[in-house]
Amino acid sequence: MIARRRWLSFAVAALGLITALPLHALKIELPADTSTLKPGAGAELANRQCLTCHSADYVNVQPPGKPLAFWKGEVEKMKKVYGAPIPDEEVEPIAQYLTREYGAAP
Amino acid sequence: MNRNPHHRFRTRRRLIGALGAGAVFGNPGVARLAAAADSYTLPFANGQRPLLPYPQKRPLIVLTARPPQLETPWEVFSEGAVTPNDAFFVRYHLAGVPTSIDPSTFRVTVRGKVATPLTLTLADLRQMDAVEYYAVNQCSGNSRGFFEPRVAGGQLGNGAMGNAKWRGVTLKSVLAKAGVQTGARQVKFDGLDVPVLATTPDFVKSLDVDHAMDGEVMLAYAMNDADLPMLNGYPVRLIVPGWYGTYWVKHLTEITVLEGVLNDFWMSTAYRIPDNACACVPAGSAPAQTVPINRFDVRSFVTSVRDGGSVPAGTPFTLRGIAFDGGYGIRDVSVSADGGRTWTSAALARDLGKYSFREWQMTATLPAGTHEIKVRAVNSIGQSQPSEALWNPSGYMRNIVETIRVRAA
Repeated sequence: MIARRRWLSFAVAALGLITALPLHALKIELPADTSTLKPGAGAELANRQCLTCHSADYVNVQPPGKPLAFWKGEVEKMKKVYGAPIPDEEVEPIAQYLTREYGAAP
Repeated sequence: MNRNPHHRFRTRRRLIGALGAGAVFGNPGVARLAAAADSYTLPFANGQRPLLPYPQKRPLIVLTARPPQLETPWEVFSEGAVTPNDAFFVRYHLAGVPTSIDPSTFRVTVRGKVATPLTLTLADLRQMDAVEYYAVNQCSGNSRGFFEPRVAGGQLGNGAMGNAKWRGVTLKSVLAKAGVQTGARQVKFDGLDVPVLATTPDFVKSLDVDHAMDGEVMLAYAMNDADLPMLNGYPVRLIVPGWYGTYWVKHLTEITVLEGVLNDFWMSTAYRIPDNACACVPAGSAPAQTVPINRFDVRSFVTSVRDGGSVPAGTPFTLRGIAFDGGYGIRDVSVSADGGRTWTSAALARDLGKYSFREWQMTATLPAGTHEIKVRAVNSIGQSQPSEALWNPSGYMRNIVETIRVRAA
């Protein structure tokens, strides 16, 4: 009886330890990123420069109708504060593409 | 100008026929199409989003896939004051998201201006005195999609918020173990998420020492009595009750006590609000001075009926909702069914603590027709909600008095 109770308390303690400390790594697999940028003049450049750090939906969900200044501001932010290696001469063409496909009508 | 925040609907294209055909012809592409067909439309321009299950999550509104940013569907908030772990919103900044963490090798280090640097295991944390409380986490940019004029950033509806019961150890007790030295000004926090490029600033945040030592800020290892989901910061995240989610560093691994003030991009450039009482500027203008975003403002919502929904006419029905603030506690929730002319106090439900969602309810009777229902909360220090939307260039801290239109029939 006593031995049995001791065994039981040991089992409970062991169980408690297992509950408190999972032994296996937690692993997840994120769903594939399926979003794409709109086709159009400059899309190849945008695909090359914009999708290194984030999915295309970062662009796709932005408010419609925004002017060139809005999109140029975004491209410059990516370059200056997030460190995207976008050459100076590519800022304007990317912003033009984004404005044409996602922003204000030309 | 004021868009209806609850006017949203879910589109579910049931491609059963297509799925059946796919099964017959063994085409996995068709099955994938069917699975991807759920979508959710937020009530602002360009508000259509996929609705997808992520690991440890029920289908959530996908704002972005890489890094994952997932919004809680509005219907979840009608389920109660506590947001289930599998429905809790997700927000990462950098695409280097950890996808495998071994709890037996996970460590939290405490360094910098301390007497004894520490390296703590999860077992070490679990052996310390535990604390537990309910607290709302809310993204700084929750509801950004309703800003008018619209602003750049994550175009969220109202679902980048959630309330959970957090369990862990106080940051104060961890810092006390290490011994904070005199002259310390801030404590900085870094987690396992990393940028794709070395040139992108790592996501690191800081709190003043007094705040870090307030005995409430917590290193949480449990959320609603379970391990944290990976995407909510497994196995340990910082809980900064009453403050915006930007400070709630996930997969927390490094705590560093600083002599100075952290001046990184995430403190000095991003997550700044106008330095005035309303954290607002005239629409379209730039603030002269800014400060780091901090405490939540007051918010309240109807959850039992959605905008554009219907209620019974001429017979009493129960209207329910939630309210919360930055930790002073909700004192009153009032409801108007006549477009804001007259207001009636609702009954506040069980108090789960000053940092929690507070449920409210009231019995209403409406004649047949269309009605505008407004809800407004006041906290214990008299802060409330504006009847016109406030604006700032980053789209933070929206807390207008919410309005829904319902049809009594």
